[in-house]
Amino acid sequence: MTSSSYLEVRDLSKRFGDFTALGSVSLDVTEGEFVCFLGPSGCGKTTLLRAIAGLDPQTSGTIRQKGRDVSGLPPAQRDFGIVFQSYALFPNLTVADNVGYGLVSRRQARGAIAKRVEELLAMVGLPDSGPKYPAQLSGGQQQRVALARALATSPGLLLLDEPLSALDARVRLRLRHEIKALQRRLGVTTIMVTHDQEEALTMADRIVVMNHGAIEQVGSPQEIYRRPATAFVADFVGSMNFLAGTLETPERVKIGGLVFACPMQDGLALGTKVRLSIRPEDVRVRDLPADVANRVPVEVAELDFVGAFCRAALKVRTDGDVALVADFSSNLIRDLGVDIGSHLDVALPPDRVRVYAA
Amino acid sequence: MSLAAPTSKIALRISLSRDDLLMRVGLVALVGVLLLIVALPLWALLAKGFEDRDGHYVGLANYISYFSTPALFNSALNSFHVAAVCTAIVVPAAFMYAYALTRTVLPGKWLFQGISLIPIFAPSLLPGLALVYLFGNQGFFKGLIGGSIYGFDGIVIAQVFYCFPHATMIMVTALATADARLYEAADALGASKIRVFFTVTLPGAKYGLISAALVVFTLVITDFGIAKVIGGNFNVLATDVYKQVIGQQNFSMGAVVGMVLLAPAALAFLVDRLVQRKQVALLTARAVPLIPKPKFGRDLFFTAFCTLVSAGILAILGMAAWGSLIKYWPYNLSLTLANYEFANFDANGWESYFNSLRMAAGTAIVGTALMFVGAWLNEKTRGFGVIRGIVQLLAFLPMAVPGIVLGLGYIFFFNAPNNPLNFLYATMAILVINTVAHFYTVGHLTATTALKQIDPEFESVSASLKVPIWKTFGRVTAPICLPAILDIAIYLFVNAMTTVSSVIFLYAPDTKLASVAAVNIEEAGTTAAAAALCLVIVVTSAAVKALHLLADRFLLGRLQAWRRR
Repeated sequence: MTSSSYLEVRDLSKRFGDFTALGSVSLDVTEGEFVCFLGPSGCGKTTLLRAIAGLDPQTSGTIRQKGRDVSGLPPAQRDFGIVFQSYALFPNLTVADNVGYGLVSRRQARGAIAKRVEELLAMVGLPDSGPKYPAQLSGGQQQRVALARALATSPGLLLLDEPLSALDARVRLRLRHEIKALQRRLGVTTIMVTHDQEEALTMADRIVVMNHGAIEQVGSPQEIYRRPATAFVADFVGSMNFLAGTLETPERVKIGGLVFACPMQDGLALGTKVRLSIRPEDVRVRDLPADVANRVPVEVAELDFVGAFCRAALKVRTDGDVALVADFSSNLIRDLGVDIGSHLDVALPPDRVRVYAA
Repeated sequence: MSLAAPTSKIALRISLSRDDLLMRVGLVALVGVLLLIVALPLWALLAKGFEDRDGHYVGLANYISYFSTPALFNSALNSFHVAAVCTAIVVPAAFMYAYALTRTVLPGKWLFQGISLIPIFAPSLLPGLALVYLFGNQGFFKGLIGGSIYGFDGIVIAQVFYCFPHATMIMVTALATADARLYEAADALGASKIRVFFTVTLPGAKYGLISAALVVFTLVITDFGIAKVIGGNFNVLATDVYKQVIGQQNFSMGAVVGMVLLAPAALAFLVDRLVQRKQVALLTARAVPLIPKPKFGRDLFFTAFCTLVSAGILAILGMAAWGSLIKYWPYNLSLTLANYEFANFDANGWESYFNSLRMAAGTAIVGTALMFVGAWLNEKTRGFGVIRGIVQLLAFLPMAVPGIVLGLGYIFFFNAPNNPLNFLYATMAILVINTVAHFYTVGHLTATTALKQIDPEFESVSASLKVPIWKTFGRVTAPICLPAILDIAIYLFVNAMTTVSSVIFLYAPDTKLASVAAVNIEEAGTTAAAAALCLVIVVTSAAVKALHLLADRFLLGRLQAWRRR
């Protein structure tokens, strides 16, 4: 199956002295795909991106791009465009000169360059900014110019290193959609590094979640969110309840005095210490059938208004040590008259529950 | 996935791009140049100290004879004594002056700042000459000072004048970066002014104070011009080197004294580097700059203090200027320009001044190019860590080497008959090379700082766009750093105009420099003409600096429209 992939990363390691920044990472990226490297700072995502670009070569391992081994090649002999968090626009050159920077050295006719620059600037929504200097533009506009510059030479691979992190929340939201739309239109294979899970979930075709220099999980945004492969992914992406317990049968977890049904666990030995997890929005309250699985009587300990919904801290009434967080819609709160101190029955649907070794 | 080729354990071969290769070649060439102009001359000096007059190896004999000759060893003690006293005077004075400039409301601040810089534009023998006029054997105020100005007192006064701007500049930098919020917090906590001074102001300036003290100490101990003019029979290390080499032609002993002189300078430099490394940025990006508010008593006191110091500086400069215009001191005080007819006092006449201009221009051009390109190569070359470390070391070395020691090393290295480069000896080129080497560190640091301030990803972007790195250097990096490049050029020009110490061993009759001619003229006993020549140097370097400021303000503003928002 690897023959069809555009970018093949095999056993890539990067060490700085005794510190392992990347430990034997392998990855395939399909042509035209938008992949996000997601993880906390220091997880190795930027190291991996810079190794793919050849900016900071790996210690060992290979990288093949479109079938060509580029492992040891300097950046100039690889095929990519790159956008940095800092924009890295040349401040003394006009926007047009910045965008045309890579075209000039290709000895194209002056008119052809000017036309291409115009086209690119129109593409990123800055048709009249050519004569301006970068300092005269806003952060969001500067990042669009950087994007146009990176795309000018029609690279096969677009690398984005936290491109939105330096921008305001509002600009960031808008640029997310624009970059994604542009990428889809051009069909350019794209890798973006980010520590913002929402950014990764909304933009990526596939997300590579990384931690401590290793890949934790690769999957579509839905897979990553719905079926996190590890406790780290479950915790890092979205909010998650973790309840410590032991695996009693392959389909039952004992937590304090309670027993919860869970999906079949083949990989874990019985009696293993495990963590049972469920997302706050998956905790059910309304219309519980009489025989619903995993029913728990709770008391509302705290209620934080978040805007569209309320996040409730729940204490299990039969076992005060077990606590849960659940998201309640405003409707639900109004309809059921939920308030601090209210007593409710909630259910943890077994198909929404996941179990991880502790 | 299972089909993945078994590639993992093969060691990675990184191939170099043409840019990488070019830059590595450039860096190796730079190491070669720095070895030739800095390290090897010093090595030659070191070796010379272990030889007798005929070039036979004699081990430590010269050192033993040095330390057992009280007259010679005494100079070392004298040097330390003078340096310690000058440091004790200059650092507090510079601190107060800088405090006045940065923390009080001072009328005519720019004027006081400008006056404090004047001594930088003068060769160090100028204050010596002025003191001769004021307190010398035929001085105006000879009666005021019981004894003779020649000796310890004279050296100290002249050194204070000469070192003051250097210490003040460091202190202004240290005191200018203050966070107003710290003072507001101290006020809110009800701390007394004195307590605020000792708990906020002084700790903030700590590193500046240490740095200023070390700089002054080194300047005094390594300076040659002042002790030469006004030292009398009070011998110091720098004049001993000169006497051993020029007077007695005892090169081996000169080398030994040079090494003895190198030790304290190098030590002070090392201490400074260690201390500066500990310094962390006190001023965070969110700091609120401190803007002094008027306070009558304090402002009056500091205005008076600054006026007094400025008057002292102007008096010394003015005395030299007046002395240069007087017919026959002190008997005929009518004014004349005769002392500016340098041909009457020195065979080279005005030619030495033009030599100085040529040498300073050459140093500024060659030095700036070498220092900036060198710093760029060192900052931007990928990998090659060992060589970059060596460049860094060699670039820092000149700062620790007194000019007179470097100059002496140049004699031994470039005058050696078996050195293929000895055709350079006694040419203008060697003066330029020597001056570039002597002032290499500051230029290198200025360039490195400027380069570190620009986005490190410029080169990554260029590489991804397949633009050669040297093209980005020309189109982006150098234009952005233009102000720093100009700073380096002006610094080199001014220092080349005023330097005496290292070039005094290296000139030939037809390449004599103005500063050296001033020393010769003074030696011949014509103080007025020596003062006149010094004044020509002051006016030239100050004018160049003024041009620089104007260019910075008006020309750069136009050329670099992109800096404006």
